[in-house]
Amino acid sequence: MAVRFGVVIFPGSNCEQDVVHACHHLGFGAEYVWHGDTDLSGFDAVVLPGGFSYGDYIRCGAVARFSPVMAEVVRFAERGGPVLGICNGFQILAEAHLLPGALLRNKGLKFICKPVHLRAETSVCRWLDLPAGTVLAAPINHNEGNFICDAETLERIKASGQVVLRYCEPNGSRAPGGSAPNGALDDIAGVCNERGNVFGLMPHPERVVDPATGGTDGQAFFTTIVRRLAEVAG
Amino acid sequence: MALYEIFVTYKKGIFDPPGATASRALANLGYDEVGGVKIGKYIQLEVADGGSEARVAEMCDKLLANPVIEDYRIVAKEA
Repeated sequence: MAVRFGVVIFPGSNCEQDVVHACHHLGFGAEYVWHGDTDLSGFDAVVLPGGFSYGDYIRCGAVARFSPVMAEVVRFAERGGPVLGICNGFQILAEAHLLPGALLRNKGLKFICKPVHLRAETSVCRWLDLPAGTVLAAPINHNEGNFICDAETLERIKASGQVVLRYCEPNGSRAPGGSAPNGALDDIAGVCNERGNVFGLMPHPERVVDPATGGTDGQAFFTTIVRRLAEVAG
Repeated sequence: MALYEIFVTYKKGIFDPPGATASRALANLGYDEVGGVKIGKYIQLEVADGGSEARVAEMCDKLLANPVIEDYRIVAKEA
């Protein structure tokens, strides 16, 4: 099956080329979609890349959420189409209420750019199906990645398998004071919707796909969704 | 023309990183009496005649505030 990823460019996106490169490196088709476009037909999966859409004004993702393409992204997601939001893309999906919670400013008020360890959790996410506890390495690169939601929502998303990734120590354990460098609630680095087709994460898997850029742990997200799409196409 | 002032603040229980940092900094400066700092946003909205507070609230719900984490208070003023 020839899979095509649609990678949306908002004004201020800056990771779209990395995502397209990651897809091509894995042998998958990928094309840019301008935020003013309203046609996603022909795409099997949609990626909202990282960056600083609309200068992060008002709140990160708050303006991009109303870009013309987003109405179509919502419809694509409602039809069960796979949607991945990376960093600013995650913030946009949260602002669009396609994902639970919100991303606050990092606890230490510092922009953090560094490699982190992530632990796969048991989840309904269609973008990842690694055994729980599998440790991945990927970089984070953000100022507002401090995941937050109310206590009721936290219990709900934990119970329904929507917590996909947590920040962890290199051995997969979680430090007593928390392993999230940004202060994220319950060390949460990535969450999905109830159906598992919409997934957002603060780390950048696309930067660890091509070994030339320092790792391959990010490949799993892209290869998993492609395998799932192939299964559906059967 | 009507002027609306909007105060956006984090909901109770939502951690406010800049507020917590300001609180620690004030304590370091010797202002021991400070029990807590909350930092929010102040927005001035000029609205043409015929607008309403209900529509301003709608603007807050949609764009100016995120109801998942923020509360807002609208104060109508004479422009």
